[in-house]
Amino acid sequence: MKTTEEIFNLLKEKFGESIIEFKTGVPVEDFIVVNPFEIDKVCTFLRDTDSYQFNNLMNLSGVDDANGKKITGEQGEVKLEGRTFSLFYHLESMSLKQKVTLAVRMPGENPEVSSVSEIWRSADWHEREAFDMFGIKFLNHPDLRRILMPYDWEAGYPLRKDYKNPEFYQGMKVPY
Amino acid sequence: MGLLDKQFTDDNIIITKVEDVLNWARLSSLWQMGFGLACCAIEMMATSASHYDFDRFGVIPRPSPRQSDVIIISGTVTLKMAIRIKRLYEQMPDPKYVISMGSCSNCGGPYWEHGYHVLKGVDRVIPVDVYVPGCPPRPEALLEGLLKLQEKIRNESLVKKTA
Repeated sequence: MKTTEEIFNLLKEKFGESIIEFKTGVPVEDFIVVNPFEIDKVCTFLRDTDSYQFNNLMNLSGVDDANGKKITGEQGEVKLEGRTFSLFYHLESMSLKQKVTLAVRMPGENPEVSSVSEIWRSADWHEREAFDMFGIKFLNHPDLRRILMPYDWEAGYPLRKDYKNPEFYQGMKVPY
Repeated sequence: MGLLDKQFTDDNIIITKVEDVLNWARLSSLWQMGFGLACCAIEMMATSASHYDFDRFGVIPRPSPRQSDVIIISGTVTLKMAIRIKRLYEQMPDPKYVISMGSCSNCGGPYWEHGYHVLKGVDRVIPVDVYVPGCPPRPEALLEGLLKLQEKIRNESLVKKTA
């Protein structure tokens, strides 16, 4: 069983710049930050290498980091500059009984990340949920549609910090 | 006045009004649409099961809206589901009745403020006859809701629909 730090050092040797940092001292478990466009290669390696065997993606979830700087435009519209979104990947190896957490950070303007749905089929719907709630675009996802909200939902992505609920949806009043 | 309040004066003949017979027939066999939404549906199923026995009031779950007289909205009505509920309600034949069960379908319940996906009360899409409060209501509360609905139907008139 390897610790997250050992895995980080081994990945750093193999992937170099794509492995951005090792985060420790956080309230939850330690995690490794990876380049969003290299996450699929890193995950394929972690699944197929005999010493890792991460054959199970336990969870994949999006986060709005709530970190942008508020800027008010000319028409009074509020923009968050420099905001980021994150994704967390909780991997588990059932055969070696070890776990690791990966994260990616994406810019708020155009959050894009490589899909891992070809690596673990369970990622398919998790990625659709992250797309539905945060508007994170998964490149090479086979079926990137909304999963929980209605397909014709036009008010945006509900778990973003700057989300505003609409007054009406299909003629039904939405606010209390 | 209920039908059974009339006296049997001669052997097996009973004299009553058409209105009373129809109302009595309607309220005694309220076929319920087999439709559950959330945790309230668990209580609704418990009400249908042997311990509380909804069947003794003539309530039987039906698999189709075309055979149903009453729809119990048992749970959180999401905006996505509200469209389907309206459609199911419209597919039911008249006379039809609606029981709104639990806080969520009454007014949005715990989702009233931050539930971006929740309709704040099913009465925004279909007319409700009886509201049953609770989160979720106990089977006894749902039974009382049904008795209230029966009371409402008992006083219905042929010329004017009240429930």
